[in-house]
Amino acid sequence: MKVLVPVKRVIDYNVKVRVKADGSGVDLANVKMSMNPFDEIAVEEAIRLKEKGAVSEIVVVSVGVKQAQETLRTALAMGADRAILVVAADDVHTDIEPLAVAKILAKVAEEEQPGMIIAGKQAIDNDMNATGQMLSALLGWSQATFASDVTVEGESLKVTREVDGGLQTISVKLPAVVTADLRLNEPRYASLPNIMKAKKKQLDEKTAADYGVDVTPRLTVVKTSEPAGRAAGITVGSVDELVGKLKDAGVL
Amino acid sequence: MAVLLIAELHGAALATDATAKALTAAKQMGPVTVLVAGAGIADAAAAAAALDGVEKVLTADDAAYAHGLAEPLADLVVSLASGYTHIVAPSTASAKNALPRIAAMLDVMVLSDITGVVDADTFERPIYAGNAIQTVKSADSVKIATVRTASFEATGAGGSAAVEAVAAAGDKGLSSWIEDKVAESDRPELTSAKIVVSGGRGVGSEEDFALIEKLADKLGAAVGASRAAVDSGFAPNDWQVGQTGKVVAPDLYVAVGISGAIQHLAGMKDSKVIVAINKDEEAPIFQVADYGLVADLFAAVPELTEKL
Repeated sequence: MKVLVPVKRVIDYNVKVRVKADGSGVDLANVKMSMNPFDEIAVEEAIRLKEKGAVSEIVVVSVGVKQAQETLRTALAMGADRAILVVAADDVHTDIEPLAVAKILAKVAEEEQPGMIIAGKQAIDNDMNATGQMLSALLGWSQATFASDVTVEGESLKVTREVDGGLQTISVKLPAVVTADLRLNEPRYASLPNIMKAKKKQLDEKTAADYGVDVTPRLTVVKTSEPAGRAAGITVGSVDELVGKLKDAGVL
Repeated sequence: MAVLLIAELHGAALATDATAKALTAAKQMGPVTVLVAGAGIADAAAAAAALDGVEKVLTADDAAYAHGLAEPLADLVVSLASGYTHIVAPSTASAKNALPRIAAMLDVMVLSDITGVVDADTFERPIYAGNAIQTVKSADSVKIATVRTASFEATGAGGSAAVEAVAAAGDKGLSSWIEDKVAESDRPELTSAKIVVSGGRGVGSEEDFALIEKLADKLGAAVGASRAAVDSGFAPNDWQVGQTGKVVAPDLYVAVGISGAIQHLAGMKDSKVIVAINKDEEAPIFQVADYGLVADLFAAVPELTEKL
């Protein structure tokens, strides 16, 4: 079975986000960018399924700016076999909406005919948590979001999902879209020899127009602002003082 | 304007707090019809009809909706969508699962986790783990949104809406439910608790998390955990507070052994009063805390539990 894994280039999760003074967005110039952490988990899961013999080929896809090829090379270095870059924006500040990304990925899936798509559950920049579900809808496939365990069982997948209050286990018919939650696995680091090998792996470059998808946003950003800050608090010297303050504040 | 609010269920019962908070947001968009989809949901429908300001309650009582599977629920909502300008639900795991699917089927975008309603087309939502707030205006014919419940007060009782059954939309059988493993607990639910006590990596082990639980039980609080504590296996993931876990805004939040990573702060910084207990006085958690206690948690937490 072939697996498709969409990956997104986002601001590195360790970088402190700065809102631009003019309210037009978040400053991404000269900021360290990395693969979305949930997408790393998705790539890792595909590799583990391949190591178990359940998967034959892993194709990674990224939709965004040209620089996303670095993100694809990282996935190739981890162990993906082949990559497709769909250039859909020139400016790193342009975020392609999940609906448009899902439409492009659906076209890629029609061409590639994977048996399964594993995506990250959410990108840590726009925090939408939508692309996987939208892609599943457009393809008319089953979906298993927020996965913490995935097992291939013949023509279906048994997936344990992280839900409010605990875990839910479902069975989904293949082909299916799975979205990876935090505890699905711990992604590996690419070794130096694998990083070198990844440079020779196939990376095809396409554009959104090649797939006939209109990426015009449906949502207009009116403004981007800093969240309201909190007033400075006080340091208490002892547990007794803390209890006293909480009683004074009326929360106990 | 006409809003369809998808009610949140716990099994067959209405999750009143989450639904009533999303209702507060929905009422700012227009008159609200509530959809209750599940199996054996007469009581849940009656509870939804009693919420103040609900115009009508639609019920889809069918085994296909018993476990919140996204595919049949999405088919149902799409079959009912005509005539509504907004389709909203509280930002729960089940709504986050289904609403983007519904949006794509209707060829519209989804607005995830809205924290404010500016007008019927314009909404506020956090991005970058709450480090920025974006105001977005939708050009879509139907606005589909999940509502961050921590940002809205719950609507109270006082309604007496009519309840009307609608036809189920079938089940293509793409997915099937196997089992739920829901932790049984007498503690309040994390996202609606008045007090939350959370532990971080500083707690050190799953066994020592009992200290956090004892303090929580003394306070009648829910138990939370940082992502670091979950990653380290000290606490289950459904306790996780933060960007990738739950967003809470209780009256009192007690952070124990939590350094205060950006992604954790995103999940709790709207709490009314924040207490931080950490032995590292440089920990970023102290920058958002109203009351900070620089102390060894293994001494301070038992002492606090005893003195409350």
